[in-house]
Amino acid sequence: MTRTLGWLALAGLVAGLVMAFGIAPRELTQGNVQRIMYIHVPAVWVAYLGFLVACGASIAYLFTRRTDADQLAHAVVEVGLVFLGLNIASGSIWGKPTWGTWWTWDARITSVSIVFLIYLGYLLLRQAVDDRERAARYAAVVAIIAAPNIFLVHQSVNWWRTLHQPASLLKAGGATMPVILWVGIVVNFIGFGLLAAYFVARRAALLHREAQAAG
Amino acid sequence: MNRRTKFIAGGAVIVAVLAYMIYAGVTQSAVYFVTPAELRATAVPGKAYRLGGMVVPGSLKWEARALDLSFTLSDGTATVPVRHKGTPPDLFAEGRGAVVEGSWTADGYFKAGLIMAKHSEEYKAPHDGTQAGYQELIKTLRGDGR
Repeated sequence: MTRTLGWLALAGLVAGLVMAFGIAPRELTQGNVQRIMYIHVPAVWVAYLGFLVACGASIAYLFTRRTDADQLAHAVVEVGLVFLGLNIASGSIWGKPTWGTWWTWDARITSVSIVFLIYLGYLLLRQAVDDRERAARYAAVVAIIAAPNIFLVHQSVNWWRTLHQPASLLKAGGATMPVILWVGIVVNFIGFGLLAAYFVARRAALLHREAQAAG
Repeated sequence: MNRRTKFIAGGAVIVAVLAYMIYAGVTQSAVYFVTPAELRATAVPGKAYRLGGMVVPGSLKWEARALDLSFTLSDGTATVPVRHKGTPPDLFAEGRGAVVEGSWTADGYFKAGLIMAKHSEEYKAPHDGTQAGYQELIKTLRGDGR
């Protein structure tokens, strides 16, 4: 099952690369730099989705105290952080040629950095508490509290003046880009999503074995 | 109230407070840039500002030798002349948005140390229907393209 997921992820990533570099045209204003968007946007969607899953799994854990729910939340936060890091790094690389700066403290970049640190704190908290059951309980609360911030990050470009442009796809009134561009983003999102699911499955299985060995 | 209800109620309070703190904090520092009209109303010479607006078409002057760049930023109601020493980013152009960091001078212009191009959320294919991606990329790798 997990192995199949891995092969599907590979197929999805190859399809995404073909879309990003072979089929999608060069964007008119930005040129080829725009192709970074095929990493930047899917990566953050996968991270958002992961943090929402972590929130749901944490709620399930608090109600049922099933350790597999906690292990899923733990795994999904770790993987989500990797993809959020990819989003921030790719955004910075895009920002230099496009905006003229690697980094600036506008509301979008500030809020996404806060969310990154909150989930980093989640992992630190897990390490800091020795008792497994208590660590799981505390971590679950953090995962639930942190999740609404995702909405804040998404809305930051609408609520405040930012250097970052407003949303092009997840917005009312339809996408502000040609179909071929957003199809490229969606194909990459599927590829990234499969890859993330594969990572989560592997990581959760490992956490399960660790817990069994420890206790 | 049993323990679980207390826990949920306490959690809800923490969530609300945290959300409010983040919202209030970001809102306070959320004036990422001021508009030309706001700058005109409150400008203090020597104070650092971030100024955002549209580059007025026809106002852009560029002395490549001296790296002297001057242009006017507008928000539709007020305009501010900006001067900068250096090269602007690729996307900086007349009729597009820009955010500049610098200070207001007593001589009546904005001295910018950093120029940032503001990108719109719109993306366009070069010619609708053409699929030039692959060939264009090869061209760019060879150094013929942009």
